[in-house]
Amino acid sequence: MLEVSGITQIFGGVTALDSVSFSIAKGDITGVIGPNGAGKTTLFNIITGIYHQTAGTVTLEGKDVTGLPPERLARLAMVRTFQNIELFGGMTVLENVMVGMHTKSSSGLLACALKMPWTVSEERRIRDGALKWLEFTGIADLADHTAGSLPFGKGRLLEIARALAVGPRIVLMDEPAAGLNSQETLALAGLIKRIRDLDITVVLVEHDMELVMDICDRIVVLNLGKKLAEGTPRQIQESPEVIAAYLGDDD
Amino acid sequence: MQFDQILQYSLSGLSTGAIYALIGIGFSIIYNATGIINFAQGEFVMLGGLVTLSCLELLQLPLWAAIPCAVAVCTVIGVLFERLAIRPLRQPTPINLVIITIGGSILIRGLAMLVWGKDTHAIPPFSGDTPIAIGGATILPQHLWILAITLIIIIFNKLYFYHTISGKAMRACSYNRRAAGLVGIDVRRMVLFSFIISSAMGAVAGIIVAPLTMTAYDVGVMLGLKGFCAAIIGGMSSGISTVIGGLLLGILESLGAGLISSGYKDAIAFIILLLILFLRPQGLFGKADSERV
Amino acid sequence: MKRDLLLFIAFALLIMVAPHFFHGGYLMNVLVFVGINTMLAIALNLLLGYAGQISLGHAGFFGLGAYISGVLTTTYALNPWSAMPLAALVVGCLAYLIGFPILKLKGHYLAMATLGLGIIIYIVFNETVDLTGGPSGLSGIPNLEVAGVVFDSDVKNYYLIWGVTLAVMLFSLNLANSRIGRALRAVHDSEVAAQVLGVNSRVLKVQIFALSAVISSLAGSLYAHTMTFVSPASFGFNFSIEVLTMVVIGGLGSIYGSFLGAALLTLLPEFLRGANDYDIIIYGALLMIMVMFMPGGLVRGIPALYRKIFKQKGEGDNA
Repeated sequence: MLEVSGITQIFGGVTALDSVSFSIAKGDITGVIGPNGAGKTTLFNIITGIYHQTAGTVTLEGKDVTGLPPERLARLAMVRTFQNIELFGGMTVLENVMVGMHTKSSSGLLACALKMPWTVSEERRIRDGALKWLEFTGIADLADHTAGSLPFGKGRLLEIARALAVGPRIVLMDEPAAGLNSQETLALAGLIKRIRDLDITVVLVEHDMELVMDICDRIVVLNLGKKLAEGTPRQIQESPEVIAAYLGDDD
Repeated sequence: MQFDQILQYSLSGLSTGAIYALIGIGFSIIYNATGIINFAQGEFVMLGGLVTLSCLELLQLPLWAAIPCAVAVCTVIGVLFERLAIRPLRQPTPINLVIITIGGSILIRGLAMLVWGKDTHAIPPFSGDTPIAIGGATILPQHLWILAITLIIIIFNKLYFYHTISGKAMRACSYNRRAAGLVGIDVRRMVLFSFIISSAMGAVAGIIVAPLTMTAYDVGVMLGLKGFCAAIIGGMSSGISTVIGGLLLGILESLGAGLISSGYKDAIAFIILLLILFLRPQGLFGKADSERV
Repeated sequence: MKRDLLLFIAFALLIMVAPHFFHGGYLMNVLVFVGINTMLAIALNLLLGYAGQISLGHAGFFGLGAYISGVLTTTYALNPWSAMPLAALVVGCLAYLIGFPILKLKGHYLAMATLGLGIIIYIVFNETVDLTGGPSGLSGIPNLEVAGVVFDSDVKNYYLIWGVTLAVMLFSLNLANSRIGRALRAVHDSEVAAQVLGVNSRVLKVQIFALSAVISSLAGSLYAHTMTFVSPASFGFNFSIEVLTMVVIGGLGSIYGSFLGAALLTLLPEFLRGANDYDIIIYGALLMIMVMFMPGGLVRGIPALYRKIFKQKGEGDNA
């Protein structure tokens, strides 16, 4: 599904990532874990086209997508969420998800402004599709609220609904449980499993070990910019290197 | 084209360039301390000239007293501007800051029109107007004053930024405002300082150029924009790069006006501005910096 | 959606019957300008209020529309109906080409670059004397004409200008409530999130910049054909600021707000007769006051103020 190979990122002389390679199988939930400063978010930013790496390649479904901008990756069915949720605060919850349907619609600027007949039916399709994803994530009752006024936990669900509306085959989530209480985290775990059941591959960066061990099929461990280990949750829990890395860190 | 003519244009371009440099440094100091492009910067240049005029004519002060007096008045206005317009802003987004400093600049200009009217005013040169011959060209004593005062200000600037505590704190702010705040630098105080220094420098620029070009309530617009252009060429540095940017702009403008067409003189600065922004937004001498693009 | 349409129809009807209350007086002429300024404010608002990209050079596009129309119909004796779209096309292409490098810039830098662009255009109007007549202007521009009816009176011009303005409004309202409008607002709120969802923000920003320029150009052409005279003074930096003030006062991201802002700023000087030179001070003060105290503009600020007063009164009654 997704393969990264030899990813190296150097920020002004500091090596944030050092030749990281791994591959993610279709239909898996993969966790990327590691102590603070391991380079997890940097790696995500590179995979999703927000940073440009110093070296290395990213392959998506057999296609070299290295250096492609995020909007191209969305059209190749890869989408991500952000650690500090990036909602469109001035728009309603429904409108946020409707933006997610952008690549699934095609009316141009002039057609929209002239309200051509096909744009009206497309608009209806966008609205219905967006509502479906709001229901899927369980926030349909908030559809008309302003996104900026949502509590953090709901905002997180909205961001996921919005990402799903793109119709991805792979979703990358950057610390989806950050800032959630234990009940919300539990619900999130259920939601991520349901997303996997839709045949969507999920990759997540996460600090919440319980969540990672519970839902992930495979885990990649990063430490100080290098891949430390890779395997099933069980293998990771028993890996001496991983234990050393985590015990060496106060986290 | 005669060498004398080119020399003449270059020499007069040099002194206008020095003015642009001073204004440009004012832009850079505020930008570095706050991230704001102060669209009202040019108005302090205008105020410098006109307040000096009032000190000379109304208060009958001698020139040596009128100048510091005018600089002081402009600095106070700069402080008021920061306190009343910038600091109370509840949503300091770039767009809001652009709008509020534009609003401020229009207001200051309009008030200046009320006070001094729409006429152009002249300020006497600091030491006569007997031309001095250099090679095949001539310059006025005022040109020398401009170059000398600019040089002194730049030296003082350097000393302040590199050898005083508050100057160093200001530089720290320009690298990283948040980090500067975390190590105990009073960032808001530095913002205020930056407005003080910039408005004073703007005023000085306005005073020393007034005997040469006359002054009026609306001279701040063009001078301000060209100062900004100098700062952009210099990569928003508050040091020597912006000075070079200003001098370069001054000379190019003067040559362009003399050799091509005087009508397009003002356009030269803006074409340079656009080219720099499009091709080298980090300035002619700077390293790549993603923040501006 | 039904409600939006009804609101627009009500607004359009109000505009259409308005002349009957003024009996073609002097105010009619002012109302023509309200229409032209509404178009300009909407054009800038699409860019600034929706896409979040500032321009301080829109007077330049307005002027280009006016001058291209003016020169083509006088010097080259072209029919105004062909000159207007031609002007819009030229301005649109220009904006599209310059849009790519210019919209890479953000915030203050974009503001300065567009300002510079506007001033360069202004200088060209002044200096190409052979073409534009220079500072003394270009006169003898023909009025528009439809089936033998010449638009040469205030009332006729009112219907002409407002017909086009209403079309521009409807066009912009449709756009705002479409996938494109949503994508623009998304770019405004979080460009990176919009990109991640597949919005090509770079192209979208350029498209809206070009559209904004085309609407400005259209307003300029109409201005030229109703005034029959243009001079560079109408297209300077101050006018760009005036349009910006209209947008900010009315409300960023509100089409009706743009009308409100344009109407207020066009009518204000008429009520302040004698204070003619000083209206610029009022613009400056208004800009500052609005950004400080009513950043949402009148369109949002007045209802909020009303609620606030009403609520306080209610609480007072309870106590």
